[in-house]
Amino acid sequence: MVLFGQTVISGILLGAMYALIAIGMTLIMGVMKIINLAHGALVMVGMYVTYVCSKDFGIDPYIGMFIAMVILFFIGCLIQKYMINRLVEVDSILPENQVLLTVGIMLVLTEGSRLIFKSDYRSVATDYSSSTIFLSNMSISVPMLIGFFIALLFTLLLHLFLTRTDLGKSIRATAQDRDAAVYMGVNASRITMLTFGIGSALAAAGGSLLLPIFYLWPDVGHLFTAKSFIITILGGMGSTMGAIIGGLILGIAESLGATYISMGYKDIVGLVIFLLVLLFLPGGFRSLAKRWTH
Amino acid sequence: MNNKKYLLTVIALIVAILAPVFIKAPYQLHILILIIIWAIIGTAWNLLGGYAGQVSFGHAAFFGLGAYSAGLLELHFGISPWWGMLLGPVVAMVMALPIGLICFRLRGPYFALAMLALGEIFRLLFTNLSSLTNGAKGILIMPAITSKMLYYYIGLFILGLTLFTAYRIVNSKIGYYLVAIREDQDAATSLGISTTKYKNLALLPSACFTGLAGAFYMNYVAFIDPNIVFSLSNVSIMVILVVMLGGVATTWGPTVGAALYIFLGELFRDTLGSANVLVFGVLVCLIILFLPNGVVGEMNMLKRLVKRKKSLQGGDRDEFLRS
Repeated sequence: MVLFGQTVISGILLGAMYALIAIGMTLIMGVMKIINLAHGALVMVGMYVTYVCSKDFGIDPYIGMFIAMVILFFIGCLIQKYMINRLVEVDSILPENQVLLTVGIMLVLTEGSRLIFKSDYRSVATDYSSSTIFLSNMSISVPMLIGFFIALLFTLLLHLFLTRTDLGKSIRATAQDRDAAVYMGVNASRITMLTFGIGSALAAAGGSLLLPIFYLWPDVGHLFTAKSFIITILGGMGSTMGAIIGGLILGIAESLGATYISMGYKDIVGLVIFLLVLLFLPGGFRSLAKRWTH
Repeated sequence: MNNKKYLLTVIALIVAILAPVFIKAPYQLHILILIIIWAIIGTAWNLLGGYAGQVSFGHAAFFGLGAYSAGLLELHFGISPWWGMLLGPVVAMVMALPIGLICFRLRGPYFALAMLALGEIFRLLFTNLSSLTNGAKGILIMPAITSKMLYYYIGLFILGLTLFTAYRIVNSKIGYYLVAIREDQDAATSLGISTTKYKNLALLPSACFTGLAGAFYMNYVAFIDPNIVFSLSNVSIMVILVVMLGGVATTWGPTVGAALYIFLGELFRDTLGSANVLVFGVLVCLIILFLPNGVVGEMNMLKRLVKRKKSLQGGDRDEFLRS
């Protein structure tokens, strides 16, 4: 029972941090309707910024996170404005070449980091990295707990931003119907740019929260891209609350799979859930919630 | 116009057949064989992704299945992996049936993601079923033939077969149905095209030739492991890149794309050292931004550009400025 409880708790803690990364993706997907394969690479760049802050300037990762978020916000805005946005205007047979552009961006970011930092595995050691607290025999890692609460806080703030502010409402309007939003006087191209920036900043935040727990190397991004996709589909594209639920489910499923099946199969568990949701619940959990409320 | 096309095809064929007479160095032949392998996978992918518009992010599954069919024959039964060239495509096609059944229920980005997930599931399965597949250690075989020339001609034959089949399918009724599905699936359904059936008809040959390429790869390289042949970033995504570079939904696009991809990759590796993939990534971004339909797809635009430059020298500057 202790083992089960511990597994579920660490799954929940991890899941919230995954969810934060995935919310970045779901925002971008919702507004721009593209598959962003560079999302994991953005997470990776954010992690490296935090890493450099901590290693070379002695800034605590949880403070370095904010620097990473600001930098990634601008990187995201630039990528959207000068690369992806240009593709919207050109004519091509397959709309999927936007996806390929994000592959190109992913390659550039990954290889750029490899050139600077080499392929070595790195980690940030803080005095609390390995500390744990005990909750009736179950040990819980402190950095995971901190990460969990910060992730929840960010999600809450984002939710308030999206529902209460004008800018947030414009983002949601653009996601629902771009043309209608434009008629209502929303500057859609500016909103898209800001959304990409915010999504990238959230990716950086999630990555930085995971930094004290994870190893960091240039290819770590692929892992996060895959996880964010799964969570995005689980929750329903463009849904913040759905992403939280999706993140928690993925986190729990992965840690249960790792404990009770085997480490090697834990990723399969996530992928199978993903396929099942795609097939039988294509709208994700958001569509379930809608069904209940109606 | 048609005569010109035939002439070009015949010339390309003659050049390809005579190439090893002039290129004897093993390294250059190796490059040519790699181009051929990528051209086969690219042409196969193009059938499903380019013409039918079902962008698959999981073609590594078929490639890996083909490669492992050949490798496992040798590993478990001691049968020559050359028989895998027969078994590989069959296994890939048999597995394509349930995959099509699952994934063709979905559309657009959802289809792409489902294929991506399936490809990854295969990679993880083949990594973890170590008693069957030797796990992450992979399979190493002793190739019976070491002459690169022979591999070149076998590869060329497969590529020819693939191109011919793809050409025939695309220029038949099925091909038009596939394009109709790509352009507007609902309209195609309303005109009485059974979309699932025709998507499957595109998937089966696509899987078949990708599996064949996989089996050929196993025989040629003589070593595979799940992270090589089922790789998402190095096979599934790269094949899309190859096709997009060359030209989506064109006969020769994937072959041109494969040649560009391998040549540029080798050139950059040679001249730029560790920055080679970075420069390649930048190039990919530039090509997609400025040639969104690939080199072959934008051939007319490129020609016009060249012609315009010529007429510029003739003094017709105003027209250029106005346009």
